[in-house]
Amino acid sequence: MLVNRDGGPLPAVKDDGATPVRPITPREVTVIVPSPGWASLQLGQVWKYRELLAFLAWRDIKVRYKQTYFGVAWAVLQPLFMMLVFSLFFGRFAKLPSDGLPYPLFTLCALLPWQLFQYSLSQSSNSLVKSESLIKKVYFPRLVIPIAAVIDGMVDFGVALLLLIAMMFFYGFTPTLNIVFLPLFVLLATLAALSVGVWLSALNVKYRDVRYTVPFLTQLWMFATPVAYSSSIVPEKWRWAYGLNPMVGVVEGFRWALLGRGSPLSTSTYGAVGGVAVLLFFGLAYFRRMEAHFADVV
Amino acid sequence: MSDTSIIVDTIGKRYRLGGAEANDSLRSRLGQLVRRTKAKPDDSFWALDEISFSAKQGETIGIIGRNGAGKSTLLKVLSRITSPTRGRVEIHGRVGCLLEVGTGFHPELSGRDNVFLNGTILGMKRSEIRRHFDEIVAFAEVEKFIDTPVKHYSSGMYLRLAFAVAAHLQPEILIVDEVLAVGDARFQKKCLDKMEDVSRHGRTVLFVSHNMPSVTRLCPRTILLDKGRVLADGPSHDVVSAYLRGGLGTTAERTWATDRPGNEIANLHAARVVDESGAPRDAMDIRKRIGIQIEYEVTKSGHVLVPNFHCFNEEGACVFVAVDTSTEGQHCPKEPGIYSTVAWIPANFLSEGTIVVNIALSTMDPVVVHFHERDAVAFQVVDSLTGDSARGVYAGPMPGVVRPMLDWATTRAVRDR
Repeated sequence: MLVNRDGGPLPAVKDDGATPVRPITPREVTVIVPSPGWASLQLGQVWKYRELLAFLAWRDIKVRYKQTYFGVAWAVLQPLFMMLVFSLFFGRFAKLPSDGLPYPLFTLCALLPWQLFQYSLSQSSNSLVKSESLIKKVYFPRLVIPIAAVIDGMVDFGVALLLLIAMMFFYGFTPTLNIVFLPLFVLLATLAALSVGVWLSALNVKYRDVRYTVPFLTQLWMFATPVAYSSSIVPEKWRWAYGLNPMVGVVEGFRWALLGRGSPLSTSTYGAVGGVAVLLFFGLAYFRRMEAHFADVV
Repeated sequence: MSDTSIIVDTIGKRYRLGGAEANDSLRSRLGQLVRRTKAKPDDSFWALDEISFSAKQGETIGIIGRNGAGKSTLLKVLSRITSPTRGRVEIHGRVGCLLEVGTGFHPELSGRDNVFLNGTILGMKRSEIRRHFDEIVAFAEVEKFIDTPVKHYSSGMYLRLAFAVAAHLQPEILIVDEVLAVGDARFQKKCLDKMEDVSRHGRTVLFVSHNMPSVTRLCPRTILLDKGRVLADGPSHDVVSAYLRGGLGTTAERTWATDRPGNEIANLHAARVVDESGAPRDAMDIRKRIGIQIEYEVTKSGHVLVPNFHCFNEEGACVFVAVDTSTEGQHCPKEPGIYSTVAWIPANFLSEGTIVVNIALSTMDPVVVHFHERDAVAFQVVDSLTGDSARGVYAGPMPGVVRPMLDWATTRAVRDR
């Protein structure tokens, strides 16, 4: 008879695997199968990798102004000069209406969310291609990359916000209670950038045409957004189409939250939320579908 | 089974030839839309084709193969960087994947920042990195420069830091691609030790390498890939020597039943590489003597027949030529009959790697070659890490055609003169 070291008989070995020889430690099991095409969004995976998301965003922020002379002052200089140029040409020379607000304040209040959107959009569109080395060498949910790129834009926005606050003091504007809704509009601008960014970043992996499209696209987009002018100059019958641009809702929301003009729940706000939701949902789905092949094509 | 850590079940990965540019540019896509044509279906190939194997917990498996055999693709599928076209993989445990050291390192950031960044990218938790931080820095030997941007590091420091982070990754399954080729020799030894340490702690390691000596040293088992298929899977010594012989079709033992090399005076019956017990072997321990044995038949009397061997290494360099120098070999004419001659290559003489032997039988005065069989037999010399071979405790690559064990002595010179 077979005996083990302690002299006792060996336990009978069943081959159905019901009695494991050694205790099973709970280990995570990963199953790798071919990409199913239109996969579920798996946002939980992104949550699992939130530390990586934070580190990637932190890296971008940290290296952003390395080896620059003005450093983070750039975040103020850019909107400042845009404001000056707009005020001179559109405010002073072209005499565009500014809803009865001082034109510099009127346009700066829109430039801030606009630049947040523009920067986040272009960063996230190029993010996957820029992270080629990561994509080819390490696994993580790829969605982390465009999201981190979008977060990066928040820092500039925060700094530029100080300029806006200073300008408000200069013109003697005291913020109303509406200001508590400001973060919602910041979030909306960021999500709007992300919703387009996920599409473009995934497309950019395959078609580098995107890189040339983005600056052009954002330029056109700015003219379709009430940054330099008031949306009141848009004819009433075109308003609904105009409102499909999520940034119209964001900019109007900013002016309402900070300067107390207009109302927050106009059609443009609904349009913005709805438009962003639809774009984002399908953008994420498309992204997930392409994700499995990023490493092969990038 | 509870102790299985990786099950790879008939996975395949198809790539399109010509890569992305061939028919995936926006313009040709639009063109296809207009013309309603599809991409040609046959311009694809299988980088992996029906690969199946499984690994037990704690196993260290080497993966070898020529360039383009599918090694890297396999690792990419296993590490989820790209998804397979078909098949299924089941992995039990946390996977750590080192396809490159220093992934995500940013030149503008300090060493400290990069340790955290790179660690997170490799899948470590922030708390884990904080716990191992001092260890990592000490391992990399960059304590003084840890707050300097890594763009000011020397390439050696950079690689050491990068590897140090990777070495402190503590996954249950470690997938490594050829990253041991970093740093100086002393640091390589440290890394090899660290890897052995990893497998000793019950972790599973998959190790892709072109460096056969380090595969045989680190991995008891090796999988040989060729054209996307598993060509061999077994003990490393056998698989590695099979791989190295691949182009030659030569083994440690060969016999000729018909068409024997030779002439009317003598012909060759058999040739083999034997160990000290006389058994033919493919893989020879560097610390043991290696015998080259031939059996030949003499059919005509009155000739002095001198066996001689020509040994070549993998690069085709002739390591040495050996001629039978015994008195009877050099001077006594042989009577008809079957003879067996063996020559012993001393222990601690050849370098690691494959040796291919040409075997000849000649008469020296005047010179007549009765047979000369090229690539007759081949064998592999395998070094060990036990410290008693000529490599001592050094574990890195060691060039050289031969690796003799020398007598070393150090005496203290007189101080005051």
